[in-house]
Amino acid sequence: MQTYQQPDVHGYYGRFGGAYIPEMLHPNVEELQSRYLEIMQEPSFQLEFRDLLHDYVGRPTPLYFAKRLSAAYGTNIYLKREDLCHTGAHKINNTIGQILLAQKLGKNRIIAETGAGQHGVATATVCALKGVECIVYMGEKDIERQAPNVARMRMLGAKVVPATSGSKTLKDATNEAIRDWINNPSDTHYIIGSVVGPHPYPDMVARFQSVISEETRWQLKEKTGSELPTHVIACVGGGSNAAGAFYHFLDELTVQLVAVEAAGHGVNSGLSAATTALGKPGVLHGSKSLVMQTEDGQVVEPHSISAGLDYPGIGPLHANLFDSGRGHFLAVTDEDALRAAFDVARTEGIIPALETAHAFSALSQLSLKETDQVVICLSGRGDKDLATYMKQMEMMGI
Amino acid sequence: MSRIQILFQQKHKRVLNVYCTAGYPELNSTLPVMESLQANGADLIELGMPYSDPLADGPVIQQSSAIALENGMTIARLFEQLDGFRDRITVPVILMGYMNPVLQYGFERFCSDAARVGVDGLILPDLPEYEFETEYGAIIRKYGLDFIFLVTPETAEERVKKLDKLSTGFLYAVSSSSTTGSNKQMTSVQDYLQRLESYQLTNPVLVGFGIKDRESFDAACAHSNGAIIGSAYIKALEGAIDVGTATKEFLSTIV
Repeated sequence: MQTYQQPDVHGYYGRFGGAYIPEMLHPNVEELQSRYLEIMQEPSFQLEFRDLLHDYVGRPTPLYFAKRLSAAYGTNIYLKREDLCHTGAHKINNTIGQILLAQKLGKNRIIAETGAGQHGVATATVCALKGVECIVYMGEKDIERQAPNVARMRMLGAKVVPATSGSKTLKDATNEAIRDWINNPSDTHYIIGSVVGPHPYPDMVARFQSVISEETRWQLKEKTGSELPTHVIACVGGGSNAAGAFYHFLDELTVQLVAVEAAGHGVNSGLSAATTALGKPGVLHGSKSLVMQTEDGQVVEPHSISAGLDYPGIGPLHANLFDSGRGHFLAVTDEDALRAAFDVARTEGIIPALETAHAFSALSQLSLKETDQVVICLSGRGDKDLATYMKQMEMMGI
Repeated sequence: MSRIQILFQQKHKRVLNVYCTAGYPELNSTLPVMESLQANGADLIELGMPYSDPLADGPVIQQSSAIALENGMTIARLFEQLDGFRDRITVPVILMGYMNPVLQYGFERFCSDAARVGVDGLILPDLPEYEFETEYGAIIRKYGLDFIFLVTPETAEERVKKLDKLSTGFLYAVSSSSTTGSNKQMTSVQDYLQRLESYQLTNPVLVGFGIKDRESFDAACAHSNGAIIGSAYIKALEGAIDVGTATKEFLSTIV
């Protein structure tokens, strides 16, 4: 049977994926490839992973029927509350999984990349939890823009290293983390924060995040009598929360999967991060996927108001959903995302992350019916975006 | 027989391969730099195609790539510069770069143009052997280009032998687990190179990464066919008024 869930043995989802890595990374990546499934299936691993998700992260997160929002759109909207996870976003589902895996592999030094700092904080958190050395690479520009998250990481004991190459943002932080891994081949595990990177990262991260849709299924059944919604909506930068929210619905073809990318100032404005609209097949950070690039194959710097969606690539799982038509891809501008954030705040009393606000804004682009059951992955809370929201309120005269 | 294979037939020891970045320090430096390398003792030239995200490279080569890109270097422009270069340069020339720009140019078109202008081989460090065997290797061979794989001190014996079989021209032995231009000590490099020697590989072996002066060149050559110098030479070109003089001065300290 054709599946959209798992890649083939070489890490390919359709024509996307693989492990395009220099030989220096081969031993580490090969070790992961050959061991991740076996380790993840060990009962002791499963037990500790589930325990930590339950007691430390606070899972299961609620599936909340958003009554006023539903009325506003004339449909039934359920919010999967990943914003209620410890550290404020879904990112920690993956870092818990990977720190346990790193320990099984005998690695005692953790590196990570971060853009807005959410994955960096989630990594610093699990490293503190396990008493493991943690180094987070972050673009020099992002360090300036995201001071509170930098402070959180430092308070948690992580070392934050500025990435000063290239455009000094997430893509360069990822390059620096990969270079660190090349230079430290034996004691280090690299916790990638999204469903990107060489095989097996996209599959491994998707599996750790799949708890989101696993819970959604039984929670929806409790509430509606059916496990299957008509739509699942999630925002996509690299695509980790979308991968988790879609995972157990990927092969349920009646469920429409809506992936929402950041259009920035507009898809064709030159300041956008809508990778499926603008990208071409290419190789970035170790896998073949869609990549925003110049005609000459140089990777371009994307733009989004939301740092978590500000990435010039997309995970190969999602590139395949786009390519095959299984996924429905939309793009939402900075302006529309901001508007949606304020709408949700005032309709439901929930301040979403700017990333998540893109998913909410997609509601107005879909023609939803009264009988539809729509699940939105509320991937993170908006505290980290307060500075942006405050600026917006000033402009709105609030 | 390829130009690279002929070189190794004539010279087995202390083969000197020098890396330079196309379009660095100036857009039109590519040919003058290559000519001065040939004139001052380089047996082989590894010409780097600049890329925005060079994962395997340290700060020096990253910086030279960034400058070359600012100078306007592209693959298309490089082939224009290389058009007719065989009238002036006789040593083997290898193009080194990353997959993304090559895919964007068109993999087959790239190989065809490289062969047409007189390039001898390719190093694409992020082209893995699975994709090489199933897709790209046949295209590379169709145009008669050599392809050079990398091995490191962590590469297991069986894999070294496999990558040697897939390679033609030579095998690139990375001296330590690092990005280019690192200052890691090459203390265990002799053991590693002796180990490679004992495998009786099909291809000659050139050692690269961290080779920066006569001492490290001698150490690298003791149990191999030669070595590759990159970052140290790029540093020597930095701020040079005349690339010919800078190259002559630099190489006189090595050969």
